[in-house]
Amino acid sequence: MDKNINITLKVWRQKGPKAKGAFETYKLKNVSQSSSFLEMLDVLNEQLVSEGKEPVAFDHDCREGICGMCSLYINGHPHGPDTSVTTCQLHMRKFDDGAVITVEPWRSAGFPVIRDLMVDRYAFDKIIQAGGFVSVNTGGVPDANAIPIPKKNADLAMDAAACIGCGACVAACKNGSAMLFVSAKVSQLALLPQGQVEAARRAKAMVAKMDELGFGNCTNTRACEAQCPKEVSISNIARLNREYIVAKLKD
Amino acid sequence: MTQINSKIPEGPLADKWRNYKDHQKLVNPANKRRLDVIVVGTGLAGASAAASLAELGFNVLNFCIQDSPRRAHSIAAQGGINAAKNYQNDGDSVYRLFYDTIKGGDYRAREANVYRLAEVSNSIIDQCVAQGVPFAREYGGLLDNRSFGGAQVSRTFYARGQTGQQLLLGAYSALSRQIGLGRVKLYKRHEMLDVVTIEGRARGIIARDLVSGKLVRFAAHAVVVATGGYVNTFFLSTNAMGSNGSAAWQCYKKGAWFANPCYVQIHPTCIPVHGEFQSKLTLMSESLRNDGRIWVPKKLEDAAAIRSGQLKPTQIKEEDRDYYLERRYPAFGNLVPRDVASRAAKERCDAGYGVGSGLAVYLDFADAISRLGRKVVEERYGNLFQMYEKIVNDNPYETPMMIFPALHYSMGGLWVDYELMTSIPGLFAIGEANFSDHGANRLGASALMQGLADGYFVLPYTIQNYLADQIQVPRFKTDAPEFAACEKQISERIARLMSIKGKRSVDSLHKELGHIMWEHIGMARNADGLRKAIDMLKQLKSEFWSNVLIPGSGADLNVELEKALRLADFIEIGELMARDSLDRQESCGGHFREEYQTPEGEALRQDEKHSYVSCWEYNGDNEPLMLKESLDYEFIVRQQRNYKN
Amino acid sequence: MWLIKSSIGRKLVMSITGLFLIMFLLFHASMNVAAVFSEEAYNMICEFLGANWYAVAATGVLAAGFIIHIIYACWLTLQNRKARGGDRYAVNVRPKSVEWASQNMFVIGLVVIGFLALHFLQFWYHMMFAELAEKVGINVSLPDGIASTHDGYAFIEYYFAQPLVVALYLIWYAAIWFHLTHGFWSAMQTIGINSGLWMKRWITASNIFATLIMLCFAFVTIFFYLKSIM
Repeated sequence: MDKNINITLKVWRQKGPKAKGAFETYKLKNVSQSSSFLEMLDVLNEQLVSEGKEPVAFDHDCREGICGMCSLYINGHPHGPDTSVTTCQLHMRKFDDGAVITVEPWRSAGFPVIRDLMVDRYAFDKIIQAGGFVSVNTGGVPDANAIPIPKKNADLAMDAAACIGCGACVAACKNGSAMLFVSAKVSQLALLPQGQVEAARRAKAMVAKMDELGFGNCTNTRACEAQCPKEVSISNIARLNREYIVAKLKD
Repeated sequence: MTQINSKIPEGPLADKWRNYKDHQKLVNPANKRRLDVIVVGTGLAGASAAASLAELGFNVLNFCIQDSPRRAHSIAAQGGINAAKNYQNDGDSVYRLFYDTIKGGDYRAREANVYRLAEVSNSIIDQCVAQGVPFAREYGGLLDNRSFGGAQVSRTFYARGQTGQQLLLGAYSALSRQIGLGRVKLYKRHEMLDVVTIEGRARGIIARDLVSGKLVRFAAHAVVVATGGYVNTFFLSTNAMGSNGSAAWQCYKKGAWFANPCYVQIHPTCIPVHGEFQSKLTLMSESLRNDGRIWVPKKLEDAAAIRSGQLKPTQIKEEDRDYYLERRYPAFGNLVPRDVASRAAKERCDAGYGVGSGLAVYLDFADAISRLGRKVVEERYGNLFQMYEKIVNDNPYETPMMIFPALHYSMGGLWVDYELMTSIPGLFAIGEANFSDHGANRLGASALMQGLADGYFVLPYTIQNYLADQIQVPRFKTDAPEFAACEKQISERIARLMSIKGKRSVDSLHKELGHIMWEHIGMARNADGLRKAIDMLKQLKSEFWSNVLIPGSGADLNVELEKALRLADFIEIGELMARDSLDRQESCGGHFREEYQTPEGEALRQDEKHSYVSCWEYNGDNEPLMLKESLDYEFIVRQQRNYKN
Repeated sequence: MWLIKSSIGRKLVMSITGLFLIMFLLFHASMNVAAVFSEEAYNMICEFLGANWYAVAATGVLAAGFIIHIIYACWLTLQNRKARGGDRYAVNVRPKSVEWASQNMFVIGLVVIGFLALHFLQFWYHMMFAELAEKVGINVSLPDGIASTHDGYAFIEYYFAQPLVVALYLIWYAAIWFHLTHGFWSAMQTIGINSGLWMKRWITASNIFATLIMLCFAFVTIFFYLKSIM
């Protein structure tokens, strides 16, 4: 049964990308275990504001686990100790009375800190801009049922497409690699006949952009997959490797 | 009274859109490059419009308040998107989709707009499939459909419980492609704070860079607002934390009419409120009503025992359960439209049959699990069940879910004509930000349809009819006096907010606003309550402007300031909603006036007096003026909505 | 050149060289097992692998494999450290499904190389190197009691009679075991011969394969130690 707990928070505060950050410690009393982690931070911020202090800046939006905006590294895990959830779906019942909770931003060269726990993930958008699409203009496309797609492939594509672009994979990776993110998009589109047409070009362009932006090299530790809130599998990385190597060998 | 020209094309209903396209003005490719269009918002409507306009050759400037265009709240739509494909051979057609939508909207939408929506719905599905949207498929490789509230055919396409996400990512990928090609310039973490008009035409916006806190001017030949709805006025809603009505509200203050603000949708299947720290409500897709059965205990004592924890729902015998939707609406059962389902839940809870905290009813899958097997149920709704379990800590495979209605969508919004242009020339509104297609109530799986219809297939045509006259107008400079004046006004507003240094946090005031809204302008409204609410909102407004506390600086990243700017507008929106609700002396769709109901408690429309769109015009510090756009139905006959037989 | 410029290309080089080294290990293990059964057979192999042009050429290829594997490992590790950014997490927890080895391949690799140097000094230096040196007139002195650079069997008996050497070798095998359990399936993954279903198969195969090979090595080592004290 959910009860009220007292907790100690160690929160990373950093003024800007170049500024030096440090942890600040806050104590919170009577936090309802049925509230979400972000609601707990709301309470903290309310407390800070009432003291005239600047609240902790963190990204969040939909608060139902789908927009991918929330991005906290809690007690050594991206999105916290619960599995298959984003930070906004993490609930305080995962913590015990008296818990010390360390909250850090995503740490990776690809995601510079903007303020406190807020990071800049525009690199992900740039990777998509490099090739994460099917080159069709609006209009002039065939009927939706013109090309049957085996259910198995459609399902696998959907598994990959479930990626919310939160960046937990990069945050979890000791190499700061973005391979899970890139491979999810490459896989989704490579599995569908609509995306197959430019699959080789896409894989090359997206990997080149990923490398250019300074993400690390994948060493198959599987930390990304373990921490992914949408359980995107690293079999997508294998598919990306395959697509990429075959594309390069054909050149 | 100003004569309102909604520019509906001539001809029979089915020919109007084609006639329009056949005769509208177009812009030739060489000229398109010389025309700039600002699109504010990157949801389904904004992203699809920005991408499509850029594909045509226009120069597009696109804005979003989040860190990426992919975060827009369209992403959270779960259930599906409607289209009149009739792939299931169950008798669907463009006309039937049109008719269901008009009827679902309680006959308060324009016929021509809704028909066009139904007409282009099929192209949307084709487009999305071509983009690589992984819709659910049958073993034969063809697309699968499910049924949704308010329809008797299966016309809803879906991608598990993440349809909105997949459609948005489709539009986002098209948009990303154009950004990569340099045809769209994206400004992320930028919030539009005002629209700039020059000689009566929309010519640009002032945005605040949310990271640096600086105000930035942007000029263009036309401005498209795709900034979503305003139900966060209620504080607790299913909208994202950042969803706000400010962009639309600033357009209103610049002279664009605000239409039907009282029409907001209360979604019947949300996870009930858990406590005072709650920041938002989580929707459980309407698709759950396909297989879930809604009930409360038949006996008051059982309900009380459940609330006190003495009884579990599984201990209530079948004959002691009241499947009230199936009882009251035998023809549609659990699949009645949202407004009907929400009111029915409220009725049961008000009568003392509520479970949980008293404000909840059961959504039970026991039948479906024994009929279809757990595996099938898991396949259909697995992610929703998991989400429910994470939030509530209760396993819905074993005990029924608890649900309660919550604010979800605003049918009202900026008034637009058939071309999606507001009453300010050159200012367009698309998606949820406009009022156009859902009347007084939106059917499930229709928001995605409308957003994409506007963005992919309507605006890229109709905007050309306007821009064709603008090809002689050279690119604007942002040093025009109108830009300077507008920017000055905003900096003064920010300075004033920062200087208040009162005692109350933005959120505490927002919660107070939410209580007033829910209490008096919520699911059931009456004249006394509405008048009271207007007074309370006036007080709240003065409390806000004299006692809000915003730490930090105005010229820096400042989340509290962002929230304060939005809240200032929400309070005013709330007041306009109250005024509109007061004016609309009838019950229709999402607007339920207690004074106007049938003996059985159903909504009672007053067609003779109220079949109009109320268009509110800003009038400075005085009370706003109301213009009426009459809704004359040429093609269908209005009926009392009937989901009983 | 994509094998240098792209991350996947660099990883591919790691995989291919890694797989090549795994093949060598397999060969080496089989060769060692031969020693248990027949001194002649083992020494015949040793002679075959002496200062013959084909053996020297093969050694060159093998060395190249090692060196490329090592250079790329250093390079990738440096890049990856940079990609992690300046600040490190204060609290970091390894998820259950993440193998310890997978996150410590570089360190394990260093340990393996360290012991490899010892192994070279003990065996290769006194065998192939000594033969080659002899050809240019340099004399490498052999350990006491060993007459010929071809007498591999004597080398085994000599070294594996020393408990310290045996212990060091067993530690070395453990390190290689860790390196292999991750390295083998990881190589398959990088080459792209993997899927949801094959993931489990490859990981199991990695574990079995690494264990078998290392048991072979350990068996030979322990066998000769026991033989020496009996």
